[in-house]
Amino acid sequence: IQDNKGKKKKNKKPKKKETVSEKGNGEGSGAEQKEEAKAEKSEAATAFPPTFSVSEIKNKQRRHLMFMKLKQEKRQQKMQLKKKKKKEREALGDKAPPKEVPKTIENQRVYDETTVDPEDEEVAFDEGTDEFSAYFNGLTNPKVLITTSDRPRGRTVRFCEQLATVIPNAHVYYRRGLALKRIIPQCVARNFTYLMVINEDRKVPNGMVLCHLPDGPTAHFKMSSVRLRKEMKRRGKDPTEHSPEVILNNFTTRLGHSIGRLLAALFPQDPQFVGRQVATFHNQRDFIFFRFHRYIFKNEKKVGIQELGPRFTLKLRSLQKGTFDSKFGEYEWVLKRHEMDACRRKFQL
Amino acid sequence: MQHDDVIWDIIGNQQFCSFKVKTKSQSFCRNEYNLTGLCNRSSCPLANSQYATIREEKGQCFLYMKVIERAAFPSKMWEKVKLSKNYEKALEQIDENLIYWPRFIRHKCKQRFTKITQYLIRMRKLVLKRQRKLVPLSRKVEQREKRKEEKALIAAQLDNAIEKELLERLKQGTYGDIYNFPVHAFDKALEQQDEESESESEEEEEEEDEEEEEEVMNNTHIVSQRLHTVNQEFISGRLCLQDVGKREFVAEEEVEESDLSDFEDMNKLRTSSDEEEEDEEESSEEEEEEEEEMEVEMKASKSKGKSPANGSVVRKKRAYVEIEYEQETEPTSKSRTTS
Repeated sequence: IQDNKGKKKKNKKPKKKETVSEKGNGEGSGAEQKEEAKAEKSEAATAFPPTFSVSEIKNKQRRHLMFMKLKQEKRQQKMQLKKKKKKEREALGDKAPPKEVPKTIENQRVYDETTVDPEDEEVAFDEGTDEFSAYFNGLTNPKVLITTSDRPRGRTVRFCEQLATVIPNAHVYYRRGLALKRIIPQCVARNFTYLMVINEDRKVPNGMVLCHLPDGPTAHFKMSSVRLRKEMKRRGKDPTEHSPEVILNNFTTRLGHSIGRLLAALFPQDPQFVGRQVATFHNQRDFIFFRFHRYIFKNEKKVGIQELGPRFTLKLRSLQKGTFDSKFGEYEWVLKRHEMDACRRKFQL
Repeated sequence: MQHDDVIWDIIGNQQFCSFKVKTKSQSFCRNEYNLTGLCNRSSCPLANSQYATIREEKGQCFLYMKVIERAAFPSKMWEKVKLSKNYEKALEQIDENLIYWPRFIRHKCKQRFTKITQYLIRMRKLVLKRQRKLVPLSRKVEQREKRKEEKALIAAQLDNAIEKELLERLKQGTYGDIYNFPVHAFDKALEQQDEESESESEEEEEEEDEEEEEEVMNNTHIVSQRLHTVNQEFISGRLCLQDVGKREFVAEEEVEESDLSDFEDMNKLRTSSDEEEEDEEESSEEEEEEEEEMEVEMKASKSKGKSPANGSVVRKKRAYVEIEYEQETEPTSKSRTTS
């Protein structure tokens, strides 16, 4: 207890006074505070020492110093603990217990009952007969129509152009105030498989509607952190005309599967490995990150990747069953913020 | 008695009119019964005892006429006539009601009525077209989403994930025979089992591989050349009877040390379309690069050859002096000779 007392009463300036008062243990000292504290402690000597939090000191400098000291102590204790553990581990050698895995949000994720089992027959059957089965069986080739909302600004226009270079067989058309419901039958007539509408707000693209055309599902995404090609650091040259490979990461649940297939069907089925380009859709905590890289294998254990092309992140807002019809469409899934964002460890995709 | 001139004198020119809005070039009248909207002697509803306007309410047009006899009861001063929805009939109605009125007021009323009907038509058309829906954003929610996205990006470790995926695909063989790395893995696996008996067969394989590589890697000059040099080193290593284990160091370091130059090379790498044009330029560059690489390799091999062997002892190559301690054994030999 005496040690505690000493530490708490330490202060830079009147050190000598305090050391004297320490030893004196109650005899005349400078500040009243110390006397009161001492009095309290001497009273509660037998009981558990009263909790004296650093925040009770009114003087800012002293409070700060106390806090720093407290932090240092804690750090020291932590280091000592670590060293001990390390020694024990080394001493035991092979018999040492396995290292504790730190908790991450991905570890603590609430188990989602719609997680797809790789051998689930029902899911396999569904995927064999859904709207993408034609694509995945190799019957159709993707043809994408990229357009924007009304009166797009320069940034959105450039982004659309870059997207068109990334996605093979993509065409950009200027939207002149046309209604989507009228565009869709025309697109179907011209054999388009995808309609992509980039919504713009305040001169920045912020939303994407992806509609699979011959009566396929429509997904509405919120788009954020869009980086154009010239804003990328250490980027490579422009992408070539070769079809890229596609990487889809972390689409685990049933909803994630359908979104993954939706995104994968944008690209042609047979990638040209000669081009060494890869487009990645990586899902992490319900955010889908899109990246476009060129890779090169240095040896069989190392690969170098260089980013080219635009990058953006998507967050799914709604998935609707038919083609675009916001009023009367049948929604498979809608983001309901109050229900779904309440738990930090629960994710949908 | 209504003295229009006196009223106009007061409010129009000299003193204050609360409906008047003055701008640099013109003055406007904010009175809701004003026919033209400008502040004029003939369009001021206060300064004219004989006055009429057209106003519309919820898509219906009315003709308002001022009855000056009721000037004492301002709320009952204006008489309302509902105009028909038919444009021509409404014009006839206006004419009918304003018969014998000054030409100016009649004309302006008809003009105003035309304008009103036109904008009503436009409003009805616009409602049928696409409406812009404004969705309000909550700043708190947006900030929260932004933070979550940043954390998710950090947790995703995209580069690592992509590299892992690509390497897995390479292992599984989705790339087929484009890359010849699997042969090296095969070599290493063989080495671990038997060194001598299979080394000869490996040499033959490597020679064959060289030829294959030169044929297959048409697109990437530099990569093929590098592999060529790697294989040469292998062979030269064998002939010099170097230790088989060292082969690993040479291979890895040769590729490691040129991390940056890799990307420079990748920029220089041409796809098949551009290749033919720039062969000559590339070849001269490559020769220079190769010479530089060889020099750097020699230095790298010297420095890196030490580090794995010694482990953590020698990390940086600083100036140091090697001291050898010898022990002399002369006294013992002398004792033998004497005895």
